[in-house]
Formats: sequence, structure tokens, C-alpha cells
Amino acid sequence: MTLNRRTLLGAAATLPALGGLPFRSARAQAANTIRIGVLNDQSGTYRDLSGPGSTQAVQLAVQESGITQRGVTVEVVQADHQNRPDVGSTVVRQWIDRDGIDVVVDVPTSSVALAVNTLVREKNKVFLNSGAATSDLTGAQCSPNTVHWTYDTWMLAQSTGGAMVRAGGKSWFFITADYAFGHALERDTGNFVKAQGGEVLGAVRTPFPGTTDFSSYLQQAQRSRAQVIGLANAGGDTINSIKQAAEFRITRGGRVKLAGLLVFITDVNSLGLEVAQGLVLSETFYWDLNDKTRAFTQRLGALPGNIRPSMVQAGCYSSVLHYLKAAGDMGVAAAKASGTDAVTRMKAMPTSDDAFGEGTIRADGRKIHPCYLFEVKAPSESRGAWDYYKLLGTTAGDQAFRPLSEGSCTLVRS
Amino acid sequence: MIENLLFELEMAAPQVILGLVNGAFYALLSLGLAIIFGMLNVINFAHGAQFMMGAFVAWMLLAWAGIPYWGALILAPLLVGAFGVLIERTMIARLYKLDHLYGLLLTFGLALIIEGIFRNGFGSSGLPYAPPAAFNALNIDIPIMFLPGYRVWVVIASVLVCLATWLVIEKTKIGAYLRAATERPELVQAFGVNVPRMMTLTYGAGVALAAFAGVLAAPIYSVNPAMGANFIITVFAVVVIGGMGSIMGSVVTGFGLGLIEGLARVFYPEASATVVFVIMAIVLLTRPAGLFGRG
Repeated sequence: MTLNRRTLLGAAATLPALGGLPFRSARAQAANTIRIGVLNDQSGTYRDLSGPGSTQAVQLAVQESGITQRGVTVEVVQADHQNRPDVGSTVVRQWIDRDGIDVVVDVPTSSVALAVNTLVREKNKVFLNSGAATSDLTGAQCSPNTVHWTYDTWMLAQSTGGAMVRAGGKSWFFITADYAFGHALERDTGNFVKAQGGEVLGAVRTPFPGTTDFSSYLQQAQRSRAQVIGLANAGGDTINSIKQAAEFRITRGGRVKLAGLLVFITDVNSLGLEVAQGLVLSETFYWDLNDKTRAFTQRLGALPGNIRPSMVQAGCYSSVLHYLKAAGDMGVAAAKASGTDAVTRMKAMPTSDDAFGEGTIRADGRKIHPCYLFEVKAPSESRGAWDYYKLLGTTAGDQAFRPLSEGSCTLVRS
Repeated sequence: MIENLLFELEMAAPQVILGLVNGAFYALLSLGLAIIFGMLNVINFAHGAQFMMGAFVAWMLLAWAGIPYWGALILAPLLVGAFGVLIERTMIARLYKLDHLYGLLLTFGLALIIEGIFRNGFGSSGLPYAPPAAFNALNIDIPIMFLPGYRVWVVIASVLVCLATWLVIEKTKIGAYLRAATERPELVQAFGVNVPRMMTLTYGAGVALAAFAGVLAAPIYSVNPAMGANFIITVFAVVVIGGMGSIMGSVVTGFGLGLIEGLARVFYPEASATVVFVIMAIVLLTRPAGLFGRG
């Protein structure tokens, strides 16, 4: 035992200092630290279009916001929600209660997004959704803490659905992923088709996740004698549907058309141009759209799996950039204290970035920017890697999304 | 009333055929599992990952070496089978004396690692692999449906391989050794048969069957790291229903359940992913050893 009076005294003297120091610095740091949690699919069907690429996009936004040069620390963490609402809720609850997360970003898979939406509102934090599609996030379930950034089911219905109806596709049959997203996409597209004088002949709900063989459903759709088979699914489901539709020659003779209501560039890459050519789809971001999107893609660098950024990943960049601008503007302490105040400030400021250009955020939390209608190129038209789309048309931001008055969002009435 | 019934029947006929195609995959995969379990007493949870590796090796052979489908159909099972042999020698062989659970945990862990490696390297959305044009000759084009020739081939290939495997095990000398070694390994060893090597080769053969199914699946489903995980849970249910380790059971149940699943897709699509497990529960309650198992 080498403990003597001197060391004991010395230890006693340093104890309060040791105890006090980290406590004080941690508090000072916490007040000046913004914590961002990127929650998405890191291992399943939506990994390529969101996943680690979204985190990389958020990190680029942090870097380019310039907020760290002003003495603010920004921490970015990521987690896998496995496309399950219970997993997503547990992660977000831990993030907020234990880890002091201020902002939750991305969250594809509408069922998870709706669960997170409620939770973030309850805890008065900020939810920047880029990955989920359901228009309910700015409709019946809108929240003063949520901004829905990149796209939604109403936009897809109007853009892709509208193009199909204009081309003569009046009767529809849906192959729908059996969860919140598929239901919302089927509903919004169905409503749009009916409003244009078309009809919906039926729908088949496919289990999600876990359906790999769509040939049965495609045959049922074909037998309905509908002119358009609407694919109200995403990711691997869409890839398999389109691939197997080609295999079963569902569209031969040109009587039946396939409408991929939500097709991402990563899906097109997976299908290959041979199968995907001619497909009409809607996106709000394409890496090769203009000089600014190309510059953004270059700055973002190589993404995991060597893919080009999807609109979801671009939306993560753009939304976090705007949040950090707002937080810098109103003061980090105030932004952290109230998620509602931070989102209110975001709505008051016009948005501007390389990925989506100029835009605004509406009272219901809907981010407004143009929507582009693309056609997938034939292999002979493609001039290089990831040169996949031809621009068919652009819908201006004020026309691209559901009118404010029709969403039945309570934030609008008050 | 009768018109309605006729319509339903007409709807169901193509689904029965499509169900058989899925059943072909279930049969091939559960056959491999049954052989491995019967001989090694190991529940091979890496089977789905090995199925996926078969599809990826086919893609690599085409994209990197220009070797077409037919070459891949032979080479991919050999390569993945060799990988299986390596795994058996270095890891699984150490677990034979322990409880089933250890083998299950090891192979489950291996499956996660293999899938993770492929996900990091190739992403999750998958890679394109076109079926060879030669199969268009087998296309069935009748008024009630169009059946791609490739799917016809899948059923033929699956039936042939299942039959060949059954013949080898039931009718040849090697098969007799195998069956004997399953019952009394010490005794068979005493007669001078190298039982450990036989077990290694059996595992390799089971893995090769999974890879063969993977090559067959590559042109139908997108070649992606999760393709095996999607299948394997259903396949385990097939093995349990058929009776663990029963060759005949796994083949018959594989095709049968594919069929039932196909019908569920018409009459109650929402339940099509669950119907197999409902059947499994019923079978376990009434015949715990499975339909063809010796309890």
C-alpha cells in the first residue's frame, strides 16, 4: 500500500476539479452542439437510394453550411430502421432521450416515417424527411416539427399518372406494396385518374417486405384488361415487377402500359437500360440535370456501392443545409430549445442550393420545388455511366404538389 | 354461379403453373438443406447466402470473364461448393460434437457476414442478368397465359436435379455409405470408409445445390445480396413441414407449397407470405416430425 497522507490530500484536492471540469465543458459544448441523426434503411431494399449515401450527403451539408467555422459543433450519427416502425421508434426515442439528438433526417419507408413524425412532434425536435413518400406527412398527419422535403405520393400521381392518362391510359390496375406507402400512392394516383375521367379496375396488395415473385400479380393485372398497370411500390419490389413484366411480355402489343409510380435512379441502374428503356418516371433531382447538380454530385464524391446520388440523398443534403442556415440565423440555443421554432424559421426563409435550386417551405411543411418527368434512355442513347434519363417535361413548384387547401392539414386552418 | 366458378378456375390455372416455378426453387433449396442436416446434423443457416453467392458468381463470370449462362450453371456451383468445403473444414467440422444450436449460430453468423460483404461491394438494389435468348424456344403462348421458356426450364432443371440427387442417395454405393454413416458413423468408419471426408463432400454438395438454384434464379430475380434471405425463411418452413432431413419430403413439400402459395396469391394475396407458416404450425401440431419425417 503506497497510499500516504500527501497523495490522499492531493487526490482530495483534485477531485472537485476533476468532477467539475467535464461537467461544465460538457454543458457548454452541448449548448453549442447540434446533433443530427440519419435514420434509414442500411441493410435492405432501400439502402442504395438512402442508406450510408444519405449520411454522406448530410456530412457535405454540414461542411458547406460554414456553421462549424462559427464555433458550432455538429455531430452526425446514423442508424438502421430495417423498414420497421417499431425499430425506428425505439431508435429515435433513444436518440432524443439519451443522446440529445436535435434533428432526425431521411427516414424512407412511410410506415416508419409516420411513427417518427408523431414521436418527434411529442419531443419538440425537428424531423427533416427526405426518403418517405406518403403525402399524409403534410396532410392529415402534418406536424409543426416536420418538413417533408424531396417528393410525395401526390406529386408522383400527378406527374407520372398525369403523363400516362394524357397518353390515353384511362383504366388502371394497381400492384400495391401492402403498407402505408403503397396505400397512399395507390389512393393518390387512383384519385387523380378518376378526376381525369379514368377508372380504377382493381388492385392487388403484395406483402412487404419479402415478395420477390410478382408474376402472379402481373398476370392478375393483365387479366383485368386495364390499359395501365400502376406499380405502387418501390426499390426491390419495383425492380422485380418491371423485370418480370418484361419476362412475361405483359406490355407486348402496346395495349397495356406499365407505370412505375416511384422509380429511383438506383432502380434503373439495377434493371439495366435494356429492360428499363422507355420507362416514364418522375424525380425532383437528377445528377445530370444541369451544371449545379453535376457540381453537387462531384463535391459529394463516390458513394458506397459506387452509385450516383438519388433524389433522396440530395434531399438529405438540401434539407440539412437549410436547417443549419436557419439555426445559424436564429441562434443555435434557440433552435435546439424548440423544434417548432426552428421549423417555423425554416419556413420563413427561402431555400437555395445546388441540388434543387430555389424553393420555399409551405405552412403544412411541404418543401416546394419543380418536379421533372423523365424517360429512361435506350442503351444506344446512353453516352456513359449513369447517363440514364431524357427530360420530357417540368412541372413548376407551385403546380407540382397538392394544393395547400386540399391536404386537410390543421396547421393551415389555424 | 357456374360462370363465376369457371372464371376463378381460369384465373387459378396459370397461378398453379407459376406456383410450380417457385416450388422448383423451394425444392432445390430444401433438398440441399435436407442433405446437410441428414448427414451432418447441422442446420445450415448460410444456405440463403450460398444461394445468393451462386447468382453473384454467375453475374461475375458473365461480366468479368465473359462466360455465359451455361458455363455459369456448371462453374458457379463448383466454385461456391469449394467455398463450402473450405467452411466445413475450417469451422463447421469443429462443431459436430456440440449441440445443434452451435452450428445454427455459426452458419447464421456466416450468412450475415457474407451478405454484408456483398452489400458493401455491390449495393442493395441488385445487378441485371438477362436470360439466354435460346430459352425463347420453350415459350408457352396459350390464350390463358404466356409462360416464358426460361421458367419452363427452371422446373425441368429442378426436377432433373432432385431426381438425380435422390437416385444417388437411394440407389448407389456412395449413397448407401452416406445413409449408413448418418445412422452409425463409427461403424462405417470401422469398415474403412473415410467418414470425415464424406461429410465434407456432403456439405460441399449441399452448398453446390444452393448455388445451382442461385444461378437458375439470377435471370428471374434481380441479383442482390438479400435474395437468399427472402427465400430462406420459407425454405426452412418447407423443410420443417416435409420432415427434417427427409429428401423425398423436402422435394414434394417444396413443389406443393409453391403451388399453395401461388393459389393464395389469387384468392387472398395479403396472406400469400403467411400461408406457408400457417401450414407449418398445423403440421407441427398434428405431426411433429413433419409429413415425411420418422418421428
